[in-house]
Amino acid sequence: MPEEITLQVARYRPEQEDRPTFDEYKVPLRKDWAVLDGLNYIKDELDGTLSYRWSCRMGICGSCGARVNGEPKLTCGTFLTDYAPGPVRIEPLANFPIIRDLVVDLTDFLVKLGAVQPWLIRDEDKPVEEGEYLQTPAELDEYKQFSMCINCMLCYSACPVYGLDDKFLGPAAIALAQRYNLDSRDEGADRRLTVLSQPEGVWGCTFVGECSRACPKGVDPAGAIQRYKLTAATAAVKKLLMPWGQR
Amino acid sequence: MSAIHDVVIVGGGAAGLRAAIAVAEADPRLSVAIVSKVYPMRSHTVSAEGGAAGVIGADDTIEEHIYDTISGGDWLCDQDAVEAFITEAPRELLRLEHWGCPWSREPDGHIAVRPFGGMKKMRTWFAADKTGFHLLHTLFQTSLKYPSVMRYDEWHVTRLLVDDGRVCGVVALELMSGRVEAIYGKAVILATGGCGRVFPFTTNAAIKTGDGMALAYHAGAPLKDMEFVQYHPTGLPFTGILITEAARAEGGWMLNKDGYRYLQDYNLGTPSPGPVLRSMELGPRDRLSQAFVKEQEKGRTIDTPYGPVVHLDLRHLGEKLIDTKLPFVRELCHKYQNIDPVHELVPVRPVVHYMMGGVHTDINGATALTGLYAAGETACVSINGANRLGSNSLPECLVFGARAGTAAAAYAGAAAPAGPAVEAQAADEQRRLEADLRGRGGRERIATIRTEMQTTIEGAAGIYRDGDTLAKAADKLRELRERAAVAALDDASRTFNTELTTALELTGMIDLAEAIVHSALRREESRGAHQRTDFPARDDERFLAHSLVYREADGTPRVEHRPVTITRWPPGERVYGR
Repeated sequence: MPEEITLQVARYRPEQEDRPTFDEYKVPLRKDWAVLDGLNYIKDELDGTLSYRWSCRMGICGSCGARVNGEPKLTCGTFLTDYAPGPVRIEPLANFPIIRDLVVDLTDFLVKLGAVQPWLIRDEDKPVEEGEYLQTPAELDEYKQFSMCINCMLCYSACPVYGLDDKFLGPAAIALAQRYNLDSRDEGADRRLTVLSQPEGVWGCTFVGECSRACPKGVDPAGAIQRYKLTAATAAVKKLLMPWGQR
Repeated sequence: MSAIHDVVIVGGGAAGLRAAIAVAEADPRLSVAIVSKVYPMRSHTVSAEGGAAGVIGADDTIEEHIYDTISGGDWLCDQDAVEAFITEAPRELLRLEHWGCPWSREPDGHIAVRPFGGMKKMRTWFAADKTGFHLLHTLFQTSLKYPSVMRYDEWHVTRLLVDDGRVCGVVALELMSGRVEAIYGKAVILATGGCGRVFPFTTNAAIKTGDGMALAYHAGAPLKDMEFVQYHPTGLPFTGILITEAARAEGGWMLNKDGYRYLQDYNLGTPSPGPVLRSMELGPRDRLSQAFVKEQEKGRTIDTPYGPVVHLDLRHLGEKLIDTKLPFVRELCHKYQNIDPVHELVPVRPVVHYMMGGVHTDINGATALTGLYAAGETACVSINGANRLGSNSLPECLVFGARAGTAAAAYAGAAAPAGPAVEAQAADEQRRLEADLRGRGGRERIATIRTEMQTTIEGAAGIYRDGDTLAKAADKLRELRERAAVAALDDASRTFNTELTTALELTGMIDLAEAIVHSALRREESRGAHQRTDFPARDDERFLAHSLVYREADGTPRVEHRPVTITRWPPGERVYGR
């Protein structure tokens, strides 16, 4: 194994340049080192001006997404040896505005997340004193997968539809809406229908499936979207047949 | 621009979010700001794995959970605070259930509980082994429904605004734009978590630099019991990634290099095949980490490039149980250690995990400064005493987040707005940060000083300590404080300048390292996680007391002591395994 590997890291300093460029750095190639360890080596030892996000380094906080040789990855869980002898190209996630270097602007996702009302909606709340809502393990399994989303945005980087039209709600927001829709304790599916059944909602998706392939947590947003299309279509037909009805 | 709110919360993890919701529910007319250096869902609560304790079983009682907590904390807990905490914990966990938290269930749909270290009954609620992740996302997503809660995502708080002893806001740096603004709040709640990153080897995320503790300390509020640093016995050797205590609660064994369950040699009981509550592998974390050091001294650990390790054996649990109850453990072992715990032994060693100490607060989260509150790991109420029990920290965030939020709301509703003096403070802080960007004079790299700080504190304030080493470390840290103030910044940009925030974090961490070392030096006894080789016994005569550390004007720490609140549980022997 060679002792060093070259990282080609995308740089964008808005005060200095009007488009991203690449800087090359040589970092130690060690068996246990993730791409993130390479970035930290650069920051600590070679160039303090490199900006990127990271925190938990155990694949659960969702901060450290970037494109590694073109593919969206969590840099803390992607190992340098898999790219030896290099060079390795590291770029910010695609489809988001770049703030600086590897840091992208996530504001759009936060707005969309709020729009799908990702919280438990009840017609009537049961007082806490009366104990838990019962939920069997099978009922939990219905939505559990979609609750595993860490909001890392790899799926938005992978999604060709979002790349063309940033009005599209996108994989994670729809999967999280489904996480509540499929929860046996929730009664808010009708309220979420308005947002999800818009043209920019589930119908925007052309079922490329890149989102599910990119997901580091085994969530299947593409499946969530396909499944919801059926729900939305059924609701639309019902509305046509019974325009005066509640649902 | 400067913004005005009723309550400003620094930190968006479990304690901060719970506090925000408490304010919003107490009075929807109050304007709440959550100011965090990361998006809330990135907060370190996300990494908590094993669970959250709350009495729910028919065979369990509040009294027993209180006793486990107080004895686990080696009688340094304030007993009135523990009683309030344990009484309110189940209700808070149920509230999370009503907000959608995907708690693991019994076949009949009721909440499931698991055993945990130092707990005499099964009372730890869990969401597989991603409890913190689910709890955080549930709180964050729920917080989105309250229109009075406004967020300042990726704003780094650099200073508290203090008007004549009263805290009335913060100064913060917006990372995206680089602008520095005053964010006024009649009350401020600190909920920034712990400071594990003071140490070189920690389970803590990169953001755990103790900012809230340092802010309060700098503003004149005392920190409490900072010498009590929890080493978790099972971290992965290179990364420090936590392997949850739930792995032992489900029946995992700790083995030394001879394959021997060595905990039986340390007054923790006798081995039996399945997990036994308050015994062996389910002893408290301080005792297990101390046993590791003794094994190392006896030459019974295994050497690796990343230091000595012992083994965690989960093989006998079987694939099905591991995949159902411990799927994240398997994922982490596979990805970061390249082993499969279904078939292989997991190498582990003690790793800095949690600060029992923090900003001194009362039972409602109020600090020594009017208008300033703290909750969660940032705070020291104290319910954790000299050693926290696993699965008490998540409910602590909920119970005391809610308490601090409610208290801050009541205070803010009646408090006067900030006086004009704080505008000058805000302007001073803006000038200070501007000057940093123009260069600070020194040539040393931030990472060099940070590494020296970490090496110093690990050498002096690790699992075992002694007076001479602590005194030398105190001198070294004072020197590092001066060097850090002028450390070089390569980056003069205003846009997302993480080198500037790293420098700000470092000066705060050195303050906290000094607070830890000075508190440890003054405590001439051994209790819980604080073990002095030169004072090996617990000394209730002199030290049944909390340490309070104040920052003098020149930066030197000054340590005082105050008595522990004892109500119904007089100090006794900590008994495990029998």
